[in-house]
Amino acid sequence: MDRPLRLISSNPVDTLARTIEALLVVASQPLGLEELVEATADDVERVETALGLLRERYCEGRSGIVLQHVAGGYAFAAAREAAEACARLFERPVERGLSQAALETVAIVAYLGPVSRPEIARIRGVAADSAVASLVERGLIAEAGRESGPGGAVRYRVTSLFERIFGLESLAALPRLDDIGEDQAAIRDRLLEVAEARAS
Amino acid sequence: MASAVRDLELDLDAFEGPFDLLLTLLLKDALQPAEIDMAEIVVAFVERLAERDELDLDACGEFLVLIAALLELKARRLFPEEEAELSELEPEEAAEELARRLAEYRRMKLASVWLRERLAQEGGHYFRLGPAPLAPAPERRLAQQEPLRLVEAMRALAVEPPHVSLSHMALRFPPVAQFVERFRAVLRRRRRFDFDAEVQGLSRVEQAVAFLALLELRKEGEIDLSQAAPFAPIRISRAEPAETACSDTPDIDDGRMLQWTARSA
Repeated sequence: MDRPLRLISSNPVDTLARTIEALLVVASQPLGLEELVEATADDVERVETALGLLRERYCEGRSGIVLQHVAGGYAFAAAREAAEACARLFERPVERGLSQAALETVAIVAYLGPVSRPEIARIRGVAADSAVASLVERGLIAEAGRESGPGGAVRYRVTSLFERIFGLESLAALPRLDDIGEDQAAIRDRLLEVAEARAS
Repeated sequence: MASAVRDLELDLDAFEGPFDLLLTLLLKDALQPAEIDMAEIVVAFVERLAERDELDLDACGEFLVLIAALLELKARRLFPEEEAELSELEPEEAAEELARRLAEYRRMKLASVWLRERLAQEGGHYFRLGPAPLAPAPERRLAQQEPLRLVEAMRALAVEPPHVSLSHMALRFPPVAQFVERFRAVLRRRRRFDFDAEVQGLSRVEQAVAFLALLELRKEGEIDLSQAAPFAPIRISRAEPAETACSDTPDIDDGRMLQWTARSA
């Protein structure tokens, strides 16, 4: 053999990628770019390049582990093809049995948060107490201060666990409200049509 | 109305009288629901039930319905804005407002559908959940130090501190006999004297012992004590002759008295 076999690359970025890999394995929460830069004592550009390398290495179809950009940071998760096997051993209690009421409530908190329980109830038209309590217990929403004035209601915001469960890089990844739902004018016209039909 | 409810006598800050009169006044707007403490009415009813020692289900049912109605009335009066807002709107404006609210809810409902789909997509990704590991404790770096300075500092700390006398803090109890003799001497010179004037300038402990001496003399019948009112000056006078005759007898055991101190009291 003319050239010796090199099992481990000595490329500095590759070394940095291995360090980041190790940090992500140890962390139980997504690690932000700043945290990675601080931990590796390297510069931002090189860390980003190393993350790109890891993203190529840890992607669906290539590895049992995938690198996710979620909740404002980077984290490892099991690949989809391993989901069935994972499900035999592990549970996902946070989203198990998430009711329609809870999903509507968490949508309101995600889009309008910090938002209070009375505001949620006003939008949904029904009391939101049990949905809010269930979401707090699951860790998907958390208290975020109170409304101004004496006796102000507690306000809620979504947590980073919410972003992770729904695979969102940040709340900016949610679809724009203007892009979903019916036009207000269309609803009003329909209401008036119904009212006229009843009157006649 | 069940009599237990009708006859319920109330004594509230804003109203005093039977419950049915309170209801009438509230319904006629003669009283503002905001002024009535509903919890006090409930407490009064529960106390009435406890007094009767029997559970009148009819009365409880009636009461629950009435108090619920009162609470709703109070809540509506306390938060009238929304109702007023909608009732003041013209039909078209109301339709506009309703459409706005429906559109808002519709958007949130569709957002929840999007989230459910997203959850189904992401459900295949299992990940580790747990608290963040603890960050390492910050390393404290000291500047270069001279060992001799450390030795000097240790020596300064190792020096035996000066002994501080606490003798002045101990309570001293003068013997009661000392004050017994003193008061006897005073009474030989004067027929009566004021306790406060006699013990003026003494410490609190000495004053207490002096008072015990007074009690002792009174017990032996040597003196009479009088006080015009609580906290007024205590006046001490020689006992009446008949009693003083008795006091001539050595009924105070001087030996015992000398031994008797406030501490033993």
